Amino acid sequence: MTDDIDNRKRRFLTQSAAVVGAIGAGFAVTPFLASMQPSAKARASGAPVEVDISRLEPGQLIRVMWRGKPVWVLRRTPEALATLAEVRDKLLDPDSEESEQPEYAANEARSLKPEIFVAVGVCTHLGCSPTYRPDQRPADLGPDWLGGFFCPCHGSLFDIAGRVYKGVPAPKNLEIPPYRYLTESLLFIGGANEEESA
Amino acid sequence: MKRLLAVTLAAVSLTVGASEGLPPIQSVDIDVFDRDSVRRGAEFYVNYCQGCHSLKHIRYSRLAADYDISDEIMKSNFLLGERKMHETLQSAMKPEDSEKWFGAPAPDLSLAARARGADWIYSYLRGFYLDPSRPTGVNNLYLPNVAMPNVLGGLQGLQKPVISHEGGMEFVERLELAKPGSMTPDQFDEALTDLMNFLVYVSEPSMLQRLPLGKYVLGFMVLLTYLLYRVKKEYWKDVH
Amino acid sequence: MWSERASAFMAWVDERLPVTKFWNDHAAKYYAPKNFNFFYFFGSLALLVLINQLVTGIFLAMAYKPDATLAFDSVEMIMRDISWGWLLRYMHSTGASAFFIVIYLHMFRALLYGSYKKPRELIWLFGMVIFVLLMAEAFMGYLLPWGQMSYWGAQVIISLFGAIPVIGEDLALWIRGDYVVADATLNRFFALHVVAIPIMLLALVVFHLAALHTTGSNNPDGVEIKKLKGMDDIPLDGIPFHPYYTVKDLFGAGVFIILFVLVVFYLPEGGGFFLEGPNFEPADPLKTPEHIAPVWYFTPFYSILRAVPSKFGGVVAMGASIVVLFLLPWLDRCRVKSIRYRSPVYGILLGLFVLAFFGLGVLGTKPVSPLNTILARVFAMMYFGFFLLMPWYSAKEKTFPEPMRLGEAVVPLAKRRGRHWDIVRQGLAAIQNSAIFQSMILRVVVGFIVFFVLLDFLFYF
Repeated sequence: MTDDIDNRKRRFLTQSAAVVGAIGAGFAVTPFLASMQPSAKARASGAPVEVDISRLEPGQLIRVMWRGKPVWVLRRTPEALATLAEVRDKLLDPDSEESEQPEYAANEARSLKPEIFVAVGVCTHLGCSPTYRPDQRPADLGPDWLGGFFCPCHGSLFDIAGRVYKGVPAPKNLEIPPYRYLTESLLFIGGANEEESA
Repeated sequence: MKRLLAVTLAAVSLTVGASEGLPPIQSVDIDVFDRDSVRRGAEFYVNYCQGCHSLKHIRYSRLAADYDISDEIMKSNFLLGERKMHETLQSAMKPEDSEKWFGAPAPDLSLAARARGADWIYSYLRGFYLDPSRPTGVNNLYLPNVAMPNVLGGLQGLQKPVISHEGGMEFVERLELAKPGSMTPDQFDEALTDLMNFLVYVSEPSMLQRLPLGKYVLGFMVLLTYLLYRVKKEYWKDVH
Repeated sequence: MWSERASAFMAWVDERLPVTKFWNDHAAKYYAPKNFNFFYFFGSLALLVLINQLVTGIFLAMAYKPDATLAFDSVEMIMRDISWGWLLRYMHSTGASAFFIVIYLHMFRALLYGSYKKPRELIWLFGMVIFVLLMAEAFMGYLLPWGQMSYWGAQVIISLFGAIPVIGEDLALWIRGDYVVADATLNRFFALHVVAIPIMLLALVVFHLAALHTTGSNNPDGVEIKKLKGMDDIPLDGIPFHPYYTVKDLFGAGVFIILFVLVVFYLPEGGGFFLEGPNFEPADPLKTPEHIAPVWYFTPFYSILRAVPSKFGGVVAMGASIVVLFLLPWLDRCRVKSIRYRSPVYGILLGLFVLAFFGLGVLGTKPVSPLNTILARVFAMMYFGFFLLMPWYSAKEKTFPEPMRLGEAVVPLAKRRGRHWDIVRQGLAAIQNSAIFQSMILRVVVGFIVFFVLLDFLFYF
């Protein structure tokens, strides 16, 4: 073994190779992780959907599929809308400050037009789909129930605008997807702006 | 550079399609980075091919994004009928109908340029000639007794074979324009070249990512390898 | 401070798990001969390719669908709809071919330097099992894209089992799980390809390396370094694997990755050898492609199969061509290991064997013709002759005396002997004397590249 080993040079070379190698490893990992993102196919099936609401009866709820999730479209009755103010005190976030919704749905009825309610039918607790319970004061939900949504998995309660009650596991109001009216009776769910609607 | 790469690539992807007895195929210069050519090819495809042949592996949105085609042009020139941007370029014709009308389902062409090579398709499309014995009235030099009618006859014109005899055998020496079409032969070849560029792109859209990226990966690896070489050399000073 | 903490932590771990001992036994204090050359890169490269196949394979399996109606389209979905899916797929498909290139060179190294000879017979046997498993892995993997070549290739190869007397047809049926290659075949091949065989491969790699580290590595001189040890019980001609061979193998990996990247980005189809044209057409059980050939790495054995004019005979010959490799440690009776000290006869015979192997490989990609069949028979005779005559010629070989010590680890170019080094030296001299090299600007550019990359590269080996 020779004595004229330049240890500083050796360390410098080793470290620079290690740094460059680490950068390379970082780049090499990216494609693998990125490949787990939703594919173009998944994004295509997440494309906006059009819903004809001309034959939707008052009180009737229909479910459509958007991004693989159930989206509810409900025509609320005037009586149901009247309960919105009544339940206010029992709600966790009555003004929808914490919840996810487009700006135009951040109102009391959480919708563009009060009578038509559009929401992602997925409980904000652990992802079950709540059941629609418009009936007031039923035996199982008690005398205070004024109609809304009930999650069978862990008992979370939401009012008729998808706002969560206090004291239930769900932390947030139901999500409202972006949507707009193409005509008076044709809803366009999923793409609020031109780019997404393409 | 890109052009050169693309050409080399096409030459490599060329699969030997020529069986014995068929005339040699002509080659076509492929360049998927020629945006205008691919756009023209895509429109040509939509107008003349998509009636029968699907491209089930390419989405309108991908095509528009890869070649900067505006929404207006997509809507007016590509999205025929009720088609949506995220859908693939499916043909309106059902395979059963195709089978009924032509005796064979029109194949999906998404991977045609990889399976047979652009040169082959190019030669094939130029190889139709009049043959009264066929139900479609035409035959093809490269795919004898083909079921497909001469869709591009109106553009190319109609060709008749020049038969020569050798050793008691009859064979088609070359094709001759019998009735001119709406395009000159040069225009037609150019249109086909555009179409081939489009089909080569469709057969592997990732080419547009792959080829430009390669040189950076290579450059990086050369740098890293050089460093590793220096490290090796430094350590191996110890060994005698 | 930090280093104290780290060593205290390592002490804590070492009391419970012998990490440091393992590192020392297999790297820092594992002594390898100092004179490894070019051919000694391929062991570590094989490991690198194996890791590449495992990692890319795992991510491909996340999107691939082992279902006859979906498989082909799911591969195209990977190529188009999955972000970077094309890169994963090309890395995997190129990796398959790279694996065989690396493994063939690795095996050729053993033939050059007698690495299979006593006391390394088990290393060779484990290696051969790895090779056979690798062929099974590659064959089953090739079915998964469910293209025309996948389908008909599998159909032909599985039918070979039908040639076995009595049980053959039932066996082929059992392998397929259907009367032809079908969904059931695809499904089970997927299970074997992604789970069963990789596990076996990993286990055998462990055995292969454990056996290697028990006997120690052979080297181009074929001399046991353990025979001569210093006072400290360290072989005089041994150097610790780490750092010397770790840095060297890392450099080798760098060069390999450069070549790999070239293929992945610019030539993923490998000129139709890595990905075959007809495989871009979905499998069609009603239409056989005009010409079917196995992937290039199977062609030498496929040629041997076709060279025999009977179905059963062909299968036997093909099987024998693999089995004979297992027997190699007992066929070779030469006193010395390395080709450097064996008689020139062995060099010539090995050269002929390589020629035959290449010849068979090329013929296997071509359609059958009378001439090709004759050539294939000649090459097959040469292939078998090399091994079957070995007990005879190797025992009679006139060998040269082996040295006691190994030669220099890094031989300067000027000192290298052999005609090919003469040519390299002449070539370099010609470049240095050329007009282009003399001109100033180009001299800087070309000189930098040639000098640092090429010239250093040559000095290296």
